[in-house]
Amino acid sequence: MRDARNKPLASGRPATIAAFKDAALVGLATLGLGFPILAYRTEQNISNQLIIEPRWALAFSFAGLAFALRLAWLMTSAGRSSIPTWSMPVLSKRAGDTISRAGLGILLAYPFLALWITGPGGAIKWIDNFGIQILIYVMLGWGLNIVVGLAGLLDLGYVAFYAVGAYTTALLSTHFGLSFWLCLPLAGMFAALWGVLLGFPVLRLRGDYLAIVTLAFGEIIRLVLINWVDVTGGYAGISSIPRPTFFGIPFNATETGFAATFGLEFTPLHRLFFLFYLILALALLTNWVTIRLRRLPIGRAWEALREDEIAAKALGIDTVITKLTAFAIGAMFGGFAGAFIAARQAFISPEMFVFMESAVILAIVVLGGMGSQIGVAIAAIVMVGGTELLRELDWLKAIFGKDFDPTQYRMLLFGLAMVAIMIWKPRGLISNREPTIALGAKKSISSSLVREGHG
Amino acid sequence: MEQRGGTILAVEHLTMRFGGLLAVQDLSFSVERGQITALIGPNGAGKTTVFNCITGFYRPTQGRIALTNGTPLSRPLLDRLTGSSLRHLREGTNEVFLLERMAGHEITAKAHVARTFQNIRLFSGMTCLENLLVAQHNALTRASGYSVLGLIGAPSWRAAEARSIERASAWLERIGLIGRADDPAGDLPYGDQRRLEIARAMLTDPVLLCLDEPAAGLNPRESAALSALLRTIRDADGVSILLIEHDMSVVMEISDHIVVLEYGLKISDGSPESVRDDPKVIAAYLGVDDAEVAGAEAELDATVAGRST
Repeated sequence: MRDARNKPLASGRPATIAAFKDAALVGLATLGLGFPILAYRTEQNISNQLIIEPRWALAFSFAGLAFALRLAWLMTSAGRSSIPTWSMPVLSKRAGDTISRAGLGILLAYPFLALWITGPGGAIKWIDNFGIQILIYVMLGWGLNIVVGLAGLLDLGYVAFYAVGAYTTALLSTHFGLSFWLCLPLAGMFAALWGVLLGFPVLRLRGDYLAIVTLAFGEIIRLVLINWVDVTGGYAGISSIPRPTFFGIPFNATETGFAATFGLEFTPLHRLFFLFYLILALALLTNWVTIRLRRLPIGRAWEALREDEIAAKALGIDTVITKLTAFAIGAMFGGFAGAFIAARQAFISPEMFVFMESAVILAIVVLGGMGSQIGVAIAAIVMVGGTELLRELDWLKAIFGKDFDPTQYRMLLFGLAMVAIMIWKPRGLISNREPTIALGAKKSISSSLVREGHG
Repeated sequence: MEQRGGTILAVEHLTMRFGGLLAVQDLSFSVERGQITALIGPNGAGKTTVFNCITGFYRPTQGRIALTNGTPLSRPLLDRLTGSSLRHLREGTNEVFLLERMAGHEITAKAHVARTFQNIRLFSGMTCLENLLVAQHNALTRASGYSVLGLIGAPSWRAAEARSIERASAWLERIGLIGRADDPAGDLPYGDQRRLEIARAMLTDPVLLCLDEPAAGLNPRESAALSALLRTIRDADGVSILLIEHDMSVVMEISDHIVVLEYGLKISDGSPESVRDDPKVIAAYLGVDDAEVAGAEAELDATVAGRST
């Protein structure tokens, strides 16, 4: 089927016949693949027996649909050229700066815009579900980007560090009464420590093996959290974690609360605004540190490690230290995000740190373009914002009837979107690498030259 | 500091065994300071294995690889170091390293042995300038206060960074690639990539530069330019060179000393002239005709007969 696409379908009969053959093959394949699912359905009859109900019409209509779509694809221009891949227009430094500044301005104004447009009722949803939720994933994506995008080490257990940060904050604040502002750096430190602990055993592993061990590490942490009931509370998790305060002033309706202190009318929105700016600051810190580190010897060593570990070693770079710092710093930002989530939710449980979370964070990094800060941010907005938006597809009921439940199709659409991006942009939304330094003007480097690392 | 003459690298009784295969067998040779030493031999002779042992990519089965910094190799110091469990020993200005005890990156960072690879290993997605900055990693890491000073943008770090860029630019100028400083290394033509890899190795401040087939795939003009570059590295930078090469015109032109390997054994060692006329070397490269084999067998028979009487 691939060669049919690459062969230029010259005008005339042979090409048409080839297209028909190809489409017929696709139709047959669909019939074969769909046969067990579509052609028969097991049902219970009145006397409670299991019977098979044939659905040949359904199976054939799907095969026919596949045939027609394939034929249309081959006969139109889309099939004639190879898959079109568009590349981001290369922005000049000034244009790039303008966009970054505009983006930052929008982010700073976002809670006020949300309040102004949707009113106090709607603003909660837009600030909490969209703003804060997306920024958490932007931060996690940027943290994982250090490990996966820069150092080229595939980490499938990143959620473990998120969990370590969250549980550190929860335990320290509920048992020892430490404030959020003390727990935050401690959570980062503990997560970094665990990053080093994970780093040691996987130093010699590459590719698939590294991925599997990191995945297992994530699961181990989760299972420990579930089973060490005395400390972690098991499935019940830890609740009534103290909320973050405005440098000591709580967000409540009391005399000493934030609203009273500043002479404002009490509203729960104050806390949301605060949380929004807090996670924004944490995410921007992650970004700033990453950008800075990329221009330092350690950042270049990470990228050198991704490009060619043997050459890096031959240049006197200690690959052990280099890998461990990547794991530790990536984990530290995961720990910060964990501290934030614990304080935001006031409740955490092992259910929040399942493998699916690691997969989503990794998907954000891969879709965004490994190593690209802005790409990861866009991917986080699309992935997290997109799934949230898909909850709001009630208008589809007007088309598909009352029984249609759009939330059931959320993951399907999500998966389709990911497949589409991987076809059109196989190396992520922004796949070009920005050099860290230049004598003249910086030229972005085509993704075809940049290696993805060995694992 | 530059002292001509005297051994800089002494390889003694080096043996490397891979399972049942003896890749290198009881090999001893030395590299003299300020000279270009060539390691030649037919394919599969074990040349790259020797390189990998010297640069720490393999741990030799047996043997000693000693390198000295600055002064001629001091035998008593080497003996004391060998008897101890240390990896290097310093006495005054004398410092000796036992490379077979050191890890790969330490050999470059501490003993200052740099290498290039037979199949070029540049960081293809990084620019030429970035490649040359990565080579200065250890010095720059110290200058960046292990990233702390660098993160806050301290003036001392900025100055160190500017110096490292200057050094990289000077090398780019020297190998004629200054115009392509901001292009990815993977985009360069083959010959330019070879030169860039040599410049990158040189920026680790080596005392010994090990080049694995630097002229492979170069046209005659590029080969001549490479010979000139290697000579200036020897004469102007005072760096000793050990190279593996198949291109005999390059080897004969620039080498001061040649070591010939065949099937892991040293078959000849000496000046280019003596090696060129050595019948064993000619036999290894060209094969021997039947008459010579018969002659050699007759000689052997006579010796055996002489011994038995």
